[in-house]
Amino acid sequence: MALLQISEPGLSTAPHQHRLAVGIDLGTTNSLVATVRSGLSVVLDDETGHSLLPSVVRYHPDCRVDVGYSAQSAQNSDPHNTIASVKRFMGRGITDIEDISSLPYRFIDAPGMVQLKTVAGVKSPVEVSAEILRALRGRAEAALGGELVGAVITVPAYFDDAQRQATKDAAQLAGLNVLRLLNEPTAAAIAYGLDNASEGVYAVYDLGGGTFDISILRLSKGVFEVLSTHGDTALGGDDFDQRIFCWMLEQGRFAPLSAGDARLLLTKARDAKEALTEHPDVRVTVVLSTGEMMDATLTQAAFNAMTASLVNKTLIPIRKALRDAGLAAHEIKGVVMVGGSTRTPCVRQAVADFFKQTPLTNLDPDKVVALGAAMQADVLAGNRADDDWLLLDVIPLSLGLETMGGLTEKVIPRNTTIPTARAQDFTTFKDGQTAMSVHVLQGERELASDCRSLARFDLRGIPPMVAGAARIRVTFQVDADGLLSVSAREQSRGIEASVQVKPSYGLSDDEVTRMLKDAFTHAKDDMYARALNEQIVDAQGLIAAIRAAMSEDAALLDAGETEAIEASIAGLEKLIAGPDHQAIKRGIEALNAATTQFAQRRMDQNVRKAMAGQKLETFN
Amino acid sequence: MDFSQTYFELFGLPQSYALDRNRLDTAYRELQNTVHPDRFAAQPEADQRVAMQWATQVNEAYQTLRHSVSRGVYLLKLQGIDAFDAANTKMAPAFLMRQIEWREALDDARSEKRIDALDALSDDLRAEHRRIEAHLAELIDHAHDFEMACEAVRQLRFMDKLIAEAGDVYEELES
Repeated sequence: MALLQISEPGLSTAPHQHRLAVGIDLGTTNSLVATVRSGLSVVLDDETGHSLLPSVVRYHPDCRVDVGYSAQSAQNSDPHNTIASVKRFMGRGITDIEDISSLPYRFIDAPGMVQLKTVAGVKSPVEVSAEILRALRGRAEAALGGELVGAVITVPAYFDDAQRQATKDAAQLAGLNVLRLLNEPTAAAIAYGLDNASEGVYAVYDLGGGTFDISILRLSKGVFEVLSTHGDTALGGDDFDQRIFCWMLEQGRFAPLSAGDARLLLTKARDAKEALTEHPDVRVTVVLSTGEMMDATLTQAAFNAMTASLVNKTLIPIRKALRDAGLAAHEIKGVVMVGGSTRTPCVRQAVADFFKQTPLTNLDPDKVVALGAAMQADVLAGNRADDDWLLLDVIPLSLGLETMGGLTEKVIPRNTTIPTARAQDFTTFKDGQTAMSVHVLQGERELASDCRSLARFDLRGIPPMVAGAARIRVTFQVDADGLLSVSAREQSRGIEASVQVKPSYGLSDDEVTRMLKDAFTHAKDDMYARALNEQIVDAQGLIAAIRAAMSEDAALLDAGETEAIEASIAGLEKLIAGPDHQAIKRGIEALNAATTQFAQRRMDQNVRKAMAGQKLETFN
Repeated sequence: MDFSQTYFELFGLPQSYALDRNRLDTAYRELQNTVHPDRFAAQPEADQRVAMQWATQVNEAYQTLRHSVSRGVYLLKLQGIDAFDAANTKMAPAFLMRQIEWREALDDARSEKRIDALDALSDDLRAEHRRIEAHLAELIDHAHDFEMACEAVRQLRFMDKLIAEAGDVYEELES
């Protein structure tokens, strides 16, 4: 049972209260939730003692939803409505999914992202992922005995903007406050506790169910600096299963398979793969619903041969990542193995051969990402004071714009440390041109059509001038979650256009609202009461934080400024007493605006203090 | 945030091409430790926004000073000079000749699939890179010859491109 916390008499509990925060590893095959308890990161189990939640969601005709083991066991009997490995469809169009014909789902080609037809209606991959997140949130709140302040959700380092945004949307849909999207290899590096023990450059090799990442990190005095990252978002344990699946088809010479039989073979394939991590060979026996059968032995040597090309495929991103970091393999001090697929002996061997050292495998490769995410969530929630660390991560893929002739102009190169902003000037192509179409791209290829299209928007009202005379400045800002926003500004008249890079692949706000409503009806939750409660809690937190800052740094404000902030606080306090959550939200925004300059002065003061210490250090 | 401050002032470093890399790295980490958005995730939105602006600026400053070409360009810009001004593309003929030779060597290594030749070429390229960097420090920090410095910066950029192309060939030969 969770213990209640009681504060000392006379002391406010607010600033030191332990805030409930979790780390969630939203995996292709399995998902987990972890939290920090008494300073230790622990994975939270369900009521039957399982820590892994299979990332499988089953929809019933009456709109009931099963998530996890119960859904997984229905995969063979109800393949159309039981969605597994949905992570592979996040932020992806129908043409992006490679082996679409071998999947049992009824895909619908929707702009930007595929959708899936189920007995409970058409579902977006975002909604399916939200079901998994909701199940984990429920597990965490039951175990911790309270509402969560927020969650850190991990994503493959090589996820592009579309995939990240889709993940964040799913969390929002599940009612989670996202403290940060964190790259999986970076989370693993934290969990390995490399911060205390080690200094130097490490590689994290992360082969999950459906994605592969390699990250090169430099650890120095509590700072985790990602030097480079590479990967393949369509390469993982699933592909190893697929190779065994093909071998079984050859062995069995089956007639075309039903969806249920295909699922059965894939399940058997995975069992065989797992057996081969401990045994030199495995006997595979299958009886299909048609009565057809196969019975054969698969040796580790045969398995290694059929998957050698997959293992080699992971070495290419490693070389690229090393090159981007300006390092050679022998300069890597240690290699951390993450993801269930790194249990496969031939994978371990290939990594050991490449780096000429035994990789680190002492933490459970299935849990290490969630454990690290929980540690970061604890820091971000403000539960740790002094002994914390700092992560400096990068964007995995270059961001740019389409220019004349369908070419890509890179604005922010891959492996740039975030947050980052970059502005670039463009000009008009024709005399008298008054509008410009801005096409935002992500990827390394030269042709715009080979890169991922993130968004398109128009800048209108450019004053008519001769070709090449107008100056349009396009600014890219990438935040600490790795999410992009773009704005364009015509320099002479200051006409502005901007987008959160979202609409062309993600969900419109209307869609999110619709899904939220669906979700709440389904959960029999009172959406309005919940929204009001959330806004009140936010407003109270904000007022407390600003009051604390004002008493700490009173000297930074003159009497008039203090008065203006006090007036804004009083206004918000009045709104809190009322029933209108929208009005409270506006009051929060107003108070944030009223205190922005104060926040800037406080930061300037922090920087001066930090750099003063710095100078003393360098003199000594 | 004081935008009139130079990147060197931001990190408490002397304004020079010669760089104490350790001091830059230490100051960068110290600053990010202070301003990074992760430090303000539980704070009001106003603080988070200010943190993002600061962290963005500190990253930009660090990347500018860290790389040999951008540091040179930045120092020249502080002198009011655009190193890549289209009107000024002067380049010593001897350097251009060597460019051609290096490119031929790169093409040969690639077509003959010779990693050893590529290794030797890469060593040459990096040695030349270091030589130009040392020369650039002399030109900017001591001789104050900014016109020659512009040419050296352009040469360095050439070298960066060649080194990147050599990397592409490594990738091609190794995969």
